[in-house]
Amino acid sequence: MSRDHILHRVRTAVGRSAGQPAADPPPVRIRIPSVDLESRIASMLARVEALAGKAYRSDDPRGFVESAIAGKTAVASNAPYLVECGITSLPGVRSGITDRAELRELCAKSDVGITCADYALADTGSLVMLSSPQEARMISLLPPAHIAVVPRERLLTGLDELFSILPRPAEQTSSMVLITGPSRTADIEQILVRGVHGPGQITVVVV
Amino acid sequence: MSAEFDQKIHNTLADANLQLAIYTATARLKEHRIQNVDPGVLPDYQELRTQANTIKKHAIENLDHYLEEFERNVVAHGGKVVYCKDGTEVSDFILALAKERNAHLIVKSKSMTTEEIDLNERLEHHGLESVETDLGEYILQLAHERPYHIVAPALHKTRYDVADIFTDRLKVPREVVIEKQTAIARGVLREKFLAADIGISGANFLVADSGAIVLVENEGNARLTTSAPKIHIAVAGIEKIIPRAQDLATFLKLLARSATGQSLSVYTSFLSGPRREGEIDGPDEFYVVLLDNGRTKLLPDRSKRQSLYCIRCGACLNTCPVYRKIGGHSFPWVYSGPIGAIITPQFMGAGHEPGLPFASSLCGACGEVCPVKIDIPKILLELRSDVKKSELREKQNRLERLAFRAFAWLMTHPRLYEMAGSMAAAVAPSDGRWIRTVPAPMNLGPVKAWLSQRDLPPPPAKSFRQMWRQR
Amino acid sequence: MGKRVSLFVTCMVDQLFPKVGMAMARVIEELGYQVDFPEDQTCCGQPAFNSGYRGEARIVARYFLDTFESAECIVVPSGSCTAMIVHHFAELFHKEPETLARVHDLEKRVWEFSTFLTEVARVEDVGARMDDVVTFHDGCHALRELGVRDAPRRLLANVRGLELREMKPAEECCGFGGTFSVKFAELSGAMANTKIQAILGTGARTVVSLDPSCLMQIQGALSRAGSDIRTMHLAEVLVSR
Repeated sequence: MSRDHILHRVRTAVGRSAGQPAADPPPVRIRIPSVDLESRIASMLARVEALAGKAYRSDDPRGFVESAIAGKTAVASNAPYLVECGITSLPGVRSGITDRAELRELCAKSDVGITCADYALADTGSLVMLSSPQEARMISLLPPAHIAVVPRERLLTGLDELFSILPRPAEQTSSMVLITGPSRTADIEQILVRGVHGPGQITVVVV
Repeated sequence: MSAEFDQKIHNTLADANLQLAIYTATARLKEHRIQNVDPGVLPDYQELRTQANTIKKHAIENLDHYLEEFERNVVAHGGKVVYCKDGTEVSDFILALAKERNAHLIVKSKSMTTEEIDLNERLEHHGLESVETDLGEYILQLAHERPYHIVAPALHKTRYDVADIFTDRLKVPREVVIEKQTAIARGVLREKFLAADIGISGANFLVADSGAIVLVENEGNARLTTSAPKIHIAVAGIEKIIPRAQDLATFLKLLARSATGQSLSVYTSFLSGPRREGEIDGPDEFYVVLLDNGRTKLLPDRSKRQSLYCIRCGACLNTCPVYRKIGGHSFPWVYSGPIGAIITPQFMGAGHEPGLPFASSLCGACGEVCPVKIDIPKILLELRSDVKKSELREKQNRLERLAFRAFAWLMTHPRLYEMAGSMAAAVAPSDGRWIRTVPAPMNLGPVKAWLSQRDLPPPPAKSFRQMWRQR
Repeated sequence: MGKRVSLFVTCMVDQLFPKVGMAMARVIEELGYQVDFPEDQTCCGQPAFNSGYRGEARIVARYFLDTFESAECIVVPSGSCTAMIVHHFAELFHKEPETLARVHDLEKRVWEFSTFLTEVARVEDVGARMDDVVTFHDGCHALRELGVRDAPRRLLANVRGLELREMKPAEECCGFGGTFSVKFAELSGAMANTKIQAILGTGARTVVSLDPSCLMQIQGALSRAGSDIRTMHLAEVLVSR
């Protein structure tokens, strides 16, 4: 079997024997800066805007989303926060779907996908989305626009803090995605085009 | 070097449009990288490079341990690991699985590892439809071409080239506006994503403590490839291993910045296993193919094994004055640029293209920008030495070896060296001006080569040592 | 550090650009050093090493070690030759511990010219005058292997009447690369032409560098292009009055 063959070749090449414990790895490098909440929010908003996304703070997420999706069809995730603040019950918003095929078809037809975010990273303007019964993958992927509602306490300083809180994401989910701006490509003549396969419009609302 | 290599270089240098395309594209990528690793923007940049190098060194030196840990964790999360020694085993595995599942349509996200083994060709040969979904790769697939650059595969194509390709292969009306070309591709590929039976990706990193793969992209095609079809197969070289998810705090800060200057690429996916219980979407089956294909040949050499630290950012290509002139297709294998120059002889044997390690001025810019601090110039020098040792064994290139033996002898006999210098000066034409042509008997070898491009310095009336003696 | 300096002028300066060596000697002497020229010197062996002929390079390196055994302080008008000695000699003798020890001792005694001035002689103003607009070409070995970037610029900044303009793009290889220049002549020529474009963009009349090999490549290309822009080694600038 190639497995044994390959592992044997590896061991011979690096001078190790089967079952030999590994040397101690270099210590993990995690440096979490100290940044107050207001600064984190300001950074998040600025970074998302710099990436050609739109970013807002709001005390009325339901009202915000309502005007943002006026006249459009939308699909929302099953995140408890979205239910609690009434976004899922807005007219034009379909939600509560748990069937994969049905959800995919809906996402493919909808103008906007609305999700919460598990975390956000202030220094890069990123959303962190973990796949779960509450948050499906397709909602932030298939529709051409994505609105993410981010409760402010989930706004982390950056990658170091994320991996400090979540050292083993695989224990929680099959998919953790960091979303940093709208989908883009520069494959043809290095000219930037947005919205290639993922959403070309991204809106972050910090609440 | 081979005549083929020489010809490809010549053709690329002679193509003014191509020169401009390569130069401007790499200039942009180079400039963005410089801006975004600037100490004002990323103060820890040098420290992160050192950390990344140390982690990779450790991972490679304990590779078997981490491969086994990775495998255990993939299985623990419901996935499967398949070790393949070459491209044939990879395609055999995929074909068998496709047959079992009655799968016909495959969507693929960008993976240099799959280019390395010509995976699409193999699958298509057996009747499967395998569609590249990264825009640049899709264009190249339609054009039946190899990638021109590790990160920007269609660097060499203009919008007019793309218009021709789309009209010819997709039978659509001719379209030269780039946004519209992108929309055409988006439309075609969306249908493929939603209908595909299998999604094949590469992996930027294999995370041992999580049994996870990490995918870094800007378009969203890798997310769709790995989320829409019911089966996801990730194909990755065994060297992609990093020990811990937390090490991503180091690597992710370096990868996108080094590649394109972005702080992070648009989508960074951390995927482990099929969808979990209760998750609404995601694949039902998850496979990671661990590919050798010659990597175990590089491993034994303690110096050259650092070639395996590469995280495929392309920074070395963008900064290399040679790549920026000869482009990706002059290189004999799918990997081009400085990294291609050092791994090609190690994978394919020095004889595959003996001139390759010499196609460098050893300027060192590549080593300076490598996020994992691979000492590329050092390896190029080692490969040159390997080529000469092999030529000695095979009794090739005897004239050159003789010349260098004479050089060593002359340089250890100062009076004879001095005499040789005087003789050369006496023979060379000189009126104090730089020399444009020499008489035919002298217009040979290195002299001819030099004069083909630039003038020669006039030999001085006296050498330094003669002047010094007469002070 | 004592006041005795031994010159290693390099084979290229010896045979092709002797004025560079004379200028360097003069600058160092005027700083109060006693300068000697070990007559047995020839070459550092770099051409053989870079071409993959390590055995031949080792022969020349060993000879160099012997020739400069008793030299206290060796100054070199070339970044690439200095880098060969201080970085690559050690690679040639990793199987000979005794020779390796001599190499490590040698490494401490060898100085690239501009670094010698700023770090050993500790001067940045040698009293030079040259009315000219110049641009500085960073040779790759000096820049990346030796980390030399500021020293020559500080020295040039103190040359009276001299205006220094930086090239854009900066820090790009001139395309010499030793035997690369003849093995891949067309490619080397193309790189030289890109360098010339950058030079022309500065409007400078003179190109200054630390490396005679770069100067040979650049001057050769300028001459072929019919340009009257000239090249000078830093030593030649610093000896100007």
